[in-house]
Amino acid sequence: MTPEPAGPAPAATGAGHRSDHSSEEAGDTSMTTTAPWPAAGEGRAPAAVPAPRGARRTARRRALGACGVLMTPFFVLLVTVFLIPVATAVWLSFFGSDEPGLGFGPERTVFVGLRSYAAVLTDPTFLSGLGVVALYCLLYIPLMVLCALVLALLLDSGVVRLRAWAQLGLFLPHAVPGIIAAIIWLYLYTPGLSPVIDLLGRAGVTVDFLGIHTVVPSIVNIALWSNLGYNMVVFYAALQAVPREVVEAAVVDGAGPVRTALQVKTPLIRASIVMVAMFTLIFALQLFTEPMLLSQSTPMISSRFSPSMYIYDAAFNRNNYGLASAASVVLLVCTIALSYGVTRWTGRLDARSVPDEQQEAAV
Amino acid sequence: MSMGRARDVRGVRGVRVDGPAGASAALRPRLLGRSTVNVVVAVSVLYTLLPVLWLVLAATKGSDALFSSDLLSFRDFALFSNVRALFATDGGLYGRWYVNSLLYAVLGAALGALISVACGYAFDKYRFRHKEKLFGLVLAAVMVPQTVLALPLYLMASGTGVVNTFWAVFVPVLFNPFGVYLGRIFSQGYVPDEVLEAARVDGAGELATYAKVSLRMLVPGVVTIFLFQLTGIWNNFFLPLVMLSDQHLYPVSLGLFTWNSQASVTPDYYPVVITGSLLAVLPLIVAFALLQRFWRSGLTAGAVK
Repeated sequence: MTPEPAGPAPAATGAGHRSDHSSEEAGDTSMTTTAPWPAAGEGRAPAAVPAPRGARRTARRRALGACGVLMTPFFVLLVTVFLIPVATAVWLSFFGSDEPGLGFGPERTVFVGLRSYAAVLTDPTFLSGLGVVALYCLLYIPLMVLCALVLALLLDSGVVRLRAWAQLGLFLPHAVPGIIAAIIWLYLYTPGLSPVIDLLGRAGVTVDFLGIHTVVPSIVNIALWSNLGYNMVVFYAALQAVPREVVEAAVVDGAGPVRTALQVKTPLIRASIVMVAMFTLIFALQLFTEPMLLSQSTPMISSRFSPSMYIYDAAFNRNNYGLASAASVVLLVCTIALSYGVTRWTGRLDARSVPDEQQEAAV
Repeated sequence: MSMGRARDVRGVRGVRVDGPAGASAALRPRLLGRSTVNVVVAVSVLYTLLPVLWLVLAATKGSDALFSSDLLSFRDFALFSNVRALFATDGGLYGRWYVNSLLYAVLGAALGALISVACGYAFDKYRFRHKEKLFGLVLAAVMVPQTVLALPLYLMASGTGVVNTFWAVFVPVLFNPFGVYLGRIFSQGYVPDEVLEAARVDGAGELATYAKVSLRMLVPGVVTIFLFQLTGIWNNFFLPLVMLSDQHLYPVSLGLFTWNSQASVTPDYYPVVITGSLLAVLPLIVAFALLQRFWRSGLTAGAVK
């Protein structure tokens, strides 16, 4: 209904494209499988019922037509709000304006090769932004994974009173929008407004939560507060799926609750831990909302505090599109490289520890 | 399903905890451990709840009580006058922002969830060439930072003349690749392939089967994706910041951001921002509470796979 001012045309080509495939595919499937309905779910054992070739072909074409219709709206969006913008960002990063400040129009842009990249990578404000995000990730990700995991294990241990209420309370901040979480904490960091600073002051402690050394931990605290409960629920759900036989075996073996939690349950939910760490990393690298809001109240946060803020500043305050695009490509490459690294690294860990796990399960 | 199993586990462990309680030497550390566990969990719950409680209390206070950190006294109960002031500030902009946020989030999440589920379902039930490569592209889209897309999207929007309109925010938020991933998992879990085969044998069309049979089975999945996307759009701040300059089109998040920037100059805005924040939290809490049954099962399905 709504996203298609340009809808009908791509929709039609999308469907046509898919049916082109279908005729090729029909040939494939008739040779490799004998499934009467080639469109049945993959990985299913083919039933050995022969059907007339023509009928199969029609059914296959109809199935792929339906598949195309179901997928088209999403892929129209994927192309328009994802692929084209990413390609544009890469494209723009190789162009620049030779007369900065004299207004900007596409006709004035000139190819500058890697000049924007050189400018970004030698810009001390961008490098310090990368440093800030690196520090933020080093503090935030381990803290988040550890706290969420410990809370999930404690809740799963069965000795917590009012477990459902505790979970609900921990989950509540997830319903608080990021900008509002930042507003709440900003006010809790503001002397005069904050009961926390007031209480600490009465105890003779003065803390400047937005000082030069405390500002990154203060942002980590906001992010931790917002996402702790959600990740705890993800871990808790994974813990509930741990086979009871394995836990029983550990208990019979004489493992205490702490050992069971750390050496039996935790390795079994490794996939969830990796997933949470990965998503936390991806969102941490985009750090923007919290520092953007805090920058309204503290001089410790410049307008180029994090890479995302640098991109925003370059694009919309300085109108330097080439610089902004080069910075966003650098951020994108960092994100992809780190995610790939995490997947590869954990994949290798998995491969190494599978025999151990089997041993443990056998006991 | 997994819930039931978990309850069994707890039963077994319950026996274990109470079983060897004869020796008091062994009992004491266990009791100690139990209370430690409960204290740790209680402190964590306080950590998550107290800031929200502060927001609630602060919204009921007039400026004077707010700045004297005198939150627990009920002498100066000013919630209603705060709300009145909130809707009167800057000519009633807040009401406008609230309606905008509801439109962006509810319509966007509903439409976006249907689009994502349809695509995820197609990924699960149909076979075609390069399917897994295409799915890999969808997953790759999850991790691309929004800041990377913002400038090109802005340039595209100004090229087509939709910048600073409703559509500039509404269309990009429909795109939810993680919803496609979840949709595929839900489709595997909730819609057995046999149902489709039976429908085909009966001669039902593919799309009719999807609309009448499969989509109904996918309702918990649709609701889960709807909630995720609702939260995402309600929280969205960067895209409106880039796209919109007309304050009348702002969502609540961006509106509160601009008011907060004025609060450091004019402290009169503090109570307004606080009350506005409290009201902006309510729709999501209501949505999570009403749809609890769905997202709990949905979250489990997403996490375990």
